[in-house]
Amino acid sequence: MAVATEVKVKERPSDVETEQLATGCEAIAEAIRLADVDVMAAYPIRPYDGVMQAAAKLIANGKMDVEYIVADGEHSQFEIVKHACAVGSRVFVGSSGVGWFYAFEAIAVTAGLRLPVVAICGNRALDDPGAFGCEHNDALAVRDLGWLLCWAETAQESMDFALTGWRVAEDKRVSLPLAIGLDGAFLTHSQQIVKIPTQAAVDAFLPKFDLGDRLLHPDNPITIAPQVDQDWLMEIRMQNDQAMRNALTVITEAHAEFKRLFGRGGENPFLDEYMTDDAEIVFIGQGTLSLPMKVAIRRLRKEGHKVGLVRLKWFRPFPTADVVRSLSRFKAVGVIDRDYSFGSPYYGGVLYNEIRSALYSVPKRPTIVGFIAALGGREIEQPMANEIFQKTMAAASGDLATGDICHWIGVRK
Amino acid sequence: MAVETHGTGTLPQIKGVKDVPYDELFVSGHRTCQGCESALVMRHMIKAAGPRTIVLGSTGCMYVANTTYYTTPWVVPWMHTQLGASGSAALGTAAGLKVLMRKGKIKDEKINVIAFCGDGGGADMGLGAISATLTHKDYNSLILLYDNESYANTDIQLSSQTPYGAVTTFSPSGTDKRLMHTRWKKNMPGMMAAGHPESRYIAAGCAAYAVDLMNKIRKALELGGPTFVHTLDPCPKGWDYHPQYSQELGHLAVETGIWPLYEVVDGVCNLTGPTRQIAEGRKKRKPVYEYLKRQGRFAHFVDEDVEHFQAQVDKMWTEWLIPGVIPFTVAAKDQAILKVEKKPLHEAQKSA
Repeated sequence: MAVATEVKVKERPSDVETEQLATGCEAIAEAIRLADVDVMAAYPIRPYDGVMQAAAKLIANGKMDVEYIVADGEHSQFEIVKHACAVGSRVFVGSSGVGWFYAFEAIAVTAGLRLPVVAICGNRALDDPGAFGCEHNDALAVRDLGWLLCWAETAQESMDFALTGWRVAEDKRVSLPLAIGLDGAFLTHSQQIVKIPTQAAVDAFLPKFDLGDRLLHPDNPITIAPQVDQDWLMEIRMQNDQAMRNALTVITEAHAEFKRLFGRGGENPFLDEYMTDDAEIVFIGQGTLSLPMKVAIRRLRKEGHKVGLVRLKWFRPFPTADVVRSLSRFKAVGVIDRDYSFGSPYYGGVLYNEIRSALYSVPKRPTIVGFIAALGGREIEQPMANEIFQKTMAAASGDLATGDICHWIGVRK
Repeated sequence: MAVETHGTGTLPQIKGVKDVPYDELFVSGHRTCQGCESALVMRHMIKAAGPRTIVLGSTGCMYVANTTYYTTPWVVPWMHTQLGASGSAALGTAAGLKVLMRKGKIKDEKINVIAFCGDGGGADMGLGAISATLTHKDYNSLILLYDNESYANTDIQLSSQTPYGAVTTFSPSGTDKRLMHTRWKKNMPGMMAAGHPESRYIAAGCAAYAVDLMNKIRKALELGGPTFVHTLDPCPKGWDYHPQYSQELGHLAVETGIWPLYEVVDGVCNLTGPTRQIAEGRKKRKPVYEYLKRQGRFAHFVDEDVEHFQAQVDKMWTEWLIPGVIPFTVAAKDQAILKVEKKPLHEAQKSA
């Protein structure tokens, strides 16, 4: 690997990248190898742990040198990488559903410590009753804590988010942990063609991890996380807030550099738009639900409807300006939540209320309709997409019944 | 290569008080109570380990009372970890250092990793993580459990290390119930030794026997791999006695046989200090009453409570397979096969 770092990047390194069939989890494992991760901690829970299985194979076959620790639970998993990170290791961890929640104390303090742990959350419904399928409430639970949070659509994007992730999270202007949402089963376990960049290209893109004067080492005998109480906590919280604001800039920079080197990543770092140029109605959501919705959009377009899709890539930091700029162009927006927030304003999902809040102070704002769909791993089938379209269109033409602006889709009577 | 689990001979055994290092690495700045034996454990621990040490402190007295922003007493690098995370903190730190040295990202040298926890953080909440870490034999770390026998920082609530019958804020003595807490103290160091055969060093110590304790810390760090030291720390606030008697109570805990001092080195148990003298018959065990009567937390005890306490401690010494360490024995029919000359613990086992 020492050789690889000396290679000068003259041509587009993507010219020599390879392709392979990989699941979202396997793509992340390749990113772990390319990023020269130092420590990772594993614990079994479906569906995220596909990445740990894939990584274990790479280690067993001598493809990468990572300290691979099988922990005794998710709390330990996240604590182990947190502490490995504090002594200067690049780290990786992950979990799903209730496992993510079992780790929650460690998850909370990692953000407070400003340690750039990179994790995946293989989105899974929270028990009880038991369900393996995809729901976003596990990852969304970190939204207020100071974790960066993004959602991947494809295996390729999973890998690209991970590589970008270490760069953004470890940037001194940010220094926050990152959770990458991968829709359980739909993305964690579906194979797609993935372009694997060369080591030289990744080394050119991803700087070495350097904690600077925050490194825990006998040569730098600092005290980390003393008791600060009311004396200092507010100032420290505000630094976290500033770091999250800085992340918008750092993500934009990293996205541009990634695009220059690898030619991928879309127009906008935060949003992907699909058939929106002349659209009057758009849907917005996160993760893999874009796939069935794109199918629906192509069908609806053939029927003459001007519809499009906006896919939100980053949830934290929430790209307010980009969301406002994008969505204020349309007549109506249907927000599709693969999550719930019981008792929230208008009984909408998490994304619904975030988007509503972002658009509140815009003079010309679209009608916003909320949809809670595809919970517990259900797919969005075309009749459901139709219903979402019909209801959004009705709202766009002024038929918006008060108290009925958030709908559950595809629920059996 | 520092990736080996063995020590480097830099921490020789201390021969006596005059041989103790002069340098203080746990200095002023903390605000622990007068007579706090746990603070003394911290001081001895880091004196023994020396400056090339990273200390991880889990939540508890030794975090909250010790590490106020701008007034930290730690001269060595120190980091907070969560209440139940001392095991994981030790493991993560040790793994991080090991891999960074192997990959040449930091200088290859011996750096001690010590994670400490209280009895609540270690014997209750963090038990699983400590147990896991003690099986990860490739990583050098010491977990030190400072046991003041209650959640002493949060108002003196009982833990699984609180002794039988003691008054805590969760086990007051009332008009209807004299004893709210009737569980016997969890045998933590014995459990760690019995359950983790690849850990090279497990010990029970007490700051009242300072040189013995410092040598246990050093031996743990020298032998390497994951190790565990448990100290019993008299606590004036939680045990309700005058702060000047902390050392004396530490001595009494050992002399009454309630807290045996020992170490298990590569699977071999050595008794140390007065515990050894008691086992040899050179010293008589003092009655537990001499220990109990000195503490307000046992002030509500009547004769039968003292008798029960004494009977349990007697059992530790007369019936356990290894006195004070392994709390069971071998059935009568198997004693000859296993070459154990012990009477069975229970009558029922005799007939089995």
